[in-house]
Amino acid sequence: MRLRSGVFASSCLLVEALGVALFLRGFFPLPVRSLPRSEARRDPPAEPAPPGSGMVSNWTKIPPPLFKKVVIVLIDALRDDFVFGSKGKQFMPYTTQVIEKGTSHSFIAEAKPPTVTMPRIKALTTGSIPGFIDVIVNLNSPALLDDNLIWQAKTAGKRIIFYGDDTWVKLFPKHFVEYDGTTSFFVSDFTEVDDNVTRHLDRVLKREDWDILILHYLGLDHIGHMTGPNSPLVGPKLHEMDNILKKIHISLLSKEGESSLPNLLVVCGDHGMSETGNHGGSSEGEVHTPLLFISSAFEKRSGPLTQPKLVQQTDLATTLAVGLGLPISRNSVGNLILPVVGDKTMREQLRFLHLNGFQLSRLLQENTPAYEKDPGYEHFKIAEKSHGNWIKLYLDGNNSEILLNLGKKVLKQYLEALKTLSSSLSKQVAQYDMYSMLVGTVIVLEVLFLLLLITPKALSSRAEFEVPLSPPLFSLLFYLVCLMLCAVHVIVCTSAESLCYFCSMSWLTAVGVMVLISALMCGILSAIGKILESSRVPVKNPVVSNSSWSEVDVLILTGTIGHVLSLGASSFIEEEHQTWYFLINTLCLALCQELCRNYFLLKEGDPQHSITLKQSFDNVKEAYECKNIDIPAAGDSKLGKVTSSAEFIKGSDKWISLASPWIILICCRLLRSLNQTGVQWAHRPDFGHWLTSSEHKSELSFLAAVSLVMIFILVQRKCSLVSKIAMALGLLGVYSYRAAIGNIIFPWQHDSKDISKGITEARFVYVFVLGIVFTGTKDLLKSQVISADSSVKSIGLWEVYSGLVLLAALLFRPHNLPVLVFCLLIQTMMTKCIWRPLKFDAAQITIMHYWFGQAFFYFQGNSNGIATVDVSAGFVGLDSYVEIPAIFLTAFATYAGPLLWAIHLLCYLSSEVSRNSAAMGHGCFCYALVRSIPVAVYIILVTSLRYHLFIWSVFSPKLLYEGMHVFITAVICLFFTAMDQNQSRKVQD
Amino acid sequence: MKEAEIKRLLAANLLCVFSIILTTTVPAFFLDSFSVLGTHLTWLCICSVSISALNIVLCLVLRPNPSPKRSSFAHKISRFLKCCIYFFMSCILFHVIVVLYGAPLIESVTETFLFAVLLSTFTTLQCLCMLGPNIQAWIRVFSKNGAMSIWDNSLQITTMCSILGAWFGAFPIPLDWDRPWQVWPISCSLGATFGYMAGLIIAPLWIHWNRKQLTYKSR
Ligand SMILES: [Zn+2]
Ligand SMILES: [Zn+2]
Repeated sequence: MRLRSGVFASSCLLVEALGVALFLRGFFPLPVRSLPRSEARRDPPAEPAPPGSGMVSNWTKIPPPLFKKVVIVLIDALRDDFVFGSKGKQFMPYTTQVIEKGTSHSFIAEAKPPTVTMPRIKALTTGSIPGFIDVIVNLNSPALLDDNLIWQAKTAGKRIIFYGDDTWVKLFPKHFVEYDGTTSFFVSDFTEVDDNVTRHLDRVLKREDWDILILHYLGLDHIGHMTGPNSPLVGPKLHEMDNILKKIHISLLSKEGESSLPNLLVVCGDHGMSETGNHGGSSEGEVHTPLLFISSAFEKRSGPLTQPKLVQQTDLATTLAVGLGLPISRNSVGNLILPVVGDKTMREQLRFLHLNGFQLSRLLQENTPAYEKDPGYEHFKIAEKSHGNWIKLYLDGNNSEILLNLGKKVLKQYLEALKTLSSSLSKQVAQYDMYSMLVGTVIVLEVLFLLLLITPKALSSRAEFEVPLSPPLFSLLFYLVCLMLCAVHVIVCTSAESLCYFCSMSWLTAVGVMVLISALMCGILSAIGKILESSRVPVKNPVVSNSSWSEVDVLILTGTIGHVLSLGASSFIEEEHQTWYFLINTLCLALCQELCRNYFLLKEGDPQHSITLKQSFDNVKEAYECKNIDIPAAGDSKLGKVTSSAEFIKGSDKWISLASPWIILICCRLLRSLNQTGVQWAHRPDFGHWLTSSEHKSELSFLAAVSLVMIFILVQRKCSLVSKIAMALGLLGVYSYRAAIGNIIFPWQHDSKDISKGITEARFVYVFVLGIVFTGTKDLLKSQVISADSSVKSIGLWEVYSGLVLLAALLFRPHNLPVLVFCLLIQTMMTKCIWRPLKFDAAQITIMHYWFGQAFFYFQGNSNGIATVDVSAGFVGLDSYVEIPAIFLTAFATYAGPLLWAIHLLCYLSSEVSRNSAAMGHGCFCYALVRSIPVAVYIILVTSLRYHLFIWSVFSPKLLYEGMHVFITAVICLFFTAMDQNQSRKVQD
Repeated sequence: MKEAEIKRLLAANLLCVFSIILTTTVPAFFLDSFSVLGTHLTWLCICSVSISALNIVLCLVLRPNPSPKRSSFAHKISRFLKCCIYFFMSCILFHVIVVLYGAPLIESVTETFLFAVLLSTFTTLQCLCMLGPNIQAWIRVFSKNGAMSIWDNSLQITTMCSILGAWFGAFPIPLDWDRPWQVWPISCSLGATFGYMAGLIIAPLWIHWNRKQLTYKSR
């Protein structure tokens, strides 16, 4: 079967996408899940029945609440040493005094990475550990649907008041009787975010109409992000918090009557901060947060202060549920913090622990088939039995020392069981499904090898090669490998203890995957065999031996290899944008040198050009490969040569061409300072923040208007008249959309109008996007069916491209519109001034496009962290969250840079077809290859680094980005192939 | 003849390497708290000045490319001025390129400019010493098969190594090791210096090993 390179490459990418999907599914196991909330309200378990007949405990209800009012003060990014360390002693005198001498219990709560606010709030309220994928999946649907403490409290009729970070308001809509959300968007705001919370405090503390008050203070987190944990701003902020705690505590104490229950004040942090003031990772400072329980119910601390005990952050949900007399959330993996209920009677304490253990063991039952073998479950059953015995003694009226000692023993058994249960439940979140990962890796690697082995043939001038399908498919080897793999599959799946996704698939699918793997393997073997065969036959191949590598080739190769190698270091992943900026800079200088050589050394060396020659010299140096210039330099003999008039006419072109790399370099430098991204330098001031701040709205509006006009000028030149008009109207619509949602203003509008969602405007633009894309597709189909001249086709392609540009203009935030302008500008200049005159081949141009696409991904402000995904793009023109369009729009907005460059590549190559008929095939193949290499290497790297400290904060988000990029590339390559197919048919006609 | 010249080249290059090493140690006796990392800017100045001085002296003493005709005093002055202008222009050009590569535009201008001066010292100044302000000669030397003496070869190698060293020197900057030498522009200038020293040592050795293949066509 003869295959074109493009077809081959896209089918390879499809298979690779399958492998990557399988790997991702194994790498990110779904979090521990329980039944939905509606079924959560099952009757609570009774106390364990004492052995023997006749006696039944009469305590079947949930124990009554232990506290009347609960105030939870959550201070964002409160690190443990801010309270327990020297800073706490210095700046939080009241809190320190309460910790040391007051009625309080203090702990260090350990947060699980990712130490970001939203998952941490989930952990605090549900008691479960949100898995990494959980964070991603719920990026768009804010409301928390799992069983949680807040929901339980609301259902039990408690009145909850919330002030602080509006993440809570989004997570728990309609849960609070009163709330005021502050946005955490402006990180530079240190005081107002907290004043907005505190201003309600006096009023609320006087009132009696609430049961739970939650305060979430953001100021400390903002100070951390801007200035770090050791900044002079931290002290006053801690002091402010101390005063607030003092006020709340005194007010709570004054409210306590003689008869009523005591009140409880909980102070905690959602996560800490690292030494640079950021969070998200798993360093000690980020993970350890203080947890204080202050209540008059506790005994006064006596004796010297000991180091606070380490507990899990998830324990808070369980403890609060017990304290408030609520059922424990079903998905909670937390343990009851016993000291908090330590002054209750033994019977009550045992009852609480039993409830906790029962909930945990039920969660285990729902998640593991072999739960009975779990040591935690066994411990729990034993403890339950001895609990029953204890109750028998208790009901018998035995009230001696023996009862107390026995009770203590049961308590210990329970604690042990709880610990084991919750650790085996938490482990489920962090367990890797190695088998699925392995199968995925094998597929990806096989595809990569196949692509690499076939490269010389695929890049031959015909871009076509023979794929021998039948010999490998009917060989003995194929069947043997197939059988062996199936056997391995059966053995692995029957012996595996934990859940395995690949095993849970249907047998038919699994066998299909096995057949695919063995087919790929046989394909690789036959390709190797062919290469060996051809190398044995001494064929003189003068082309290969003669071809020397130009500087650009060397740069492309070293750049690709260097980038792949850099993926092994977490810092290089965090700062990957630097790699790409560095590479495209060097590429531009190399191109400049190439241009100089093209224009000067090949022709003349007349004295007028001495300045440029100097430039050329410097670029020769810059390109650090000074010795490969093929043509001997211009000698002195040419010195006196007089330039002819014809060359003067050509002169202006030449200068523009020579200047273009420098203009591109300047554009890239400007874009670089538009959006600071990454981790280390992300806090640096940049144009983007300057533009988005509210006092620069008019500048932003002006910039947006200029950018939109520029986009129109750059895009319209190749469009038909209809799409030109549509484009202009669409861009107008973009401006009015941004004005409607309040990002920018119209020049005549000075007072801030009421802000709408801009749905009409956005839909108006969508109509034009669809219209332009439709016109383009119509042209493409026409060129395919009627086989008209290629100009129709190139216009069609360009129209599809301009439709996508319009969509990107709509989805980009207004300060990012210059990115789009510079993207179009650089593409135009590259095409006109660099690629055409230098006559690069399709492979080189493809890789350059890919590099620029990657750089533009970061120019847009993206990074390898999930925080920079602009989720708001998914809501443009939509009334509410609709999953499919939202995902599509967000993905498009995020990957707009690489996508636009890829489509531009398609436009460019299709215009090159007249010169090189195989250009499209080569381009498609190279694109697939250049994408497969980093993915395959990265998958192996991540597998080997899966116990790395930064796996969740650095490597996993990058893995998701890579996976997503593979899917997008597969789609692009399919589009390529579709275009190429037309071309090939026409060539055959 | 060739062997003797290679020896002279080796001696001159070793002298340069030695002087760079001296610039890292000797100033500590005269200046308080001097260290290459701590007071990097001082070191940059000292290194650039001493390498320039040494190069000029070496050029005057060795005269690798003697100019064919005796020139007048005025001509010499104009030549010298031209050299100065070229050197300054190359500093500016390097500065611009470094800024385009992402160095901060307004902050730490001094650091960036001194780094550009160092790079110019390692590259342009050498060319100026060896070839004079003669662009044609530069182009000839830096094109394929353009070298006409072992001095030209040495020039090619050291220039290339310095630039490459500076290029590779930028790599450790994004790493989060928080080492003092990761601060801009220390790693780059150290990279350029190491590259230059490596070039100085490699050049005579490379020429020695390839002396059979190296045939210089006479003009
Ligand atoms: Zn937070
Ligand atoms: Zn934060």
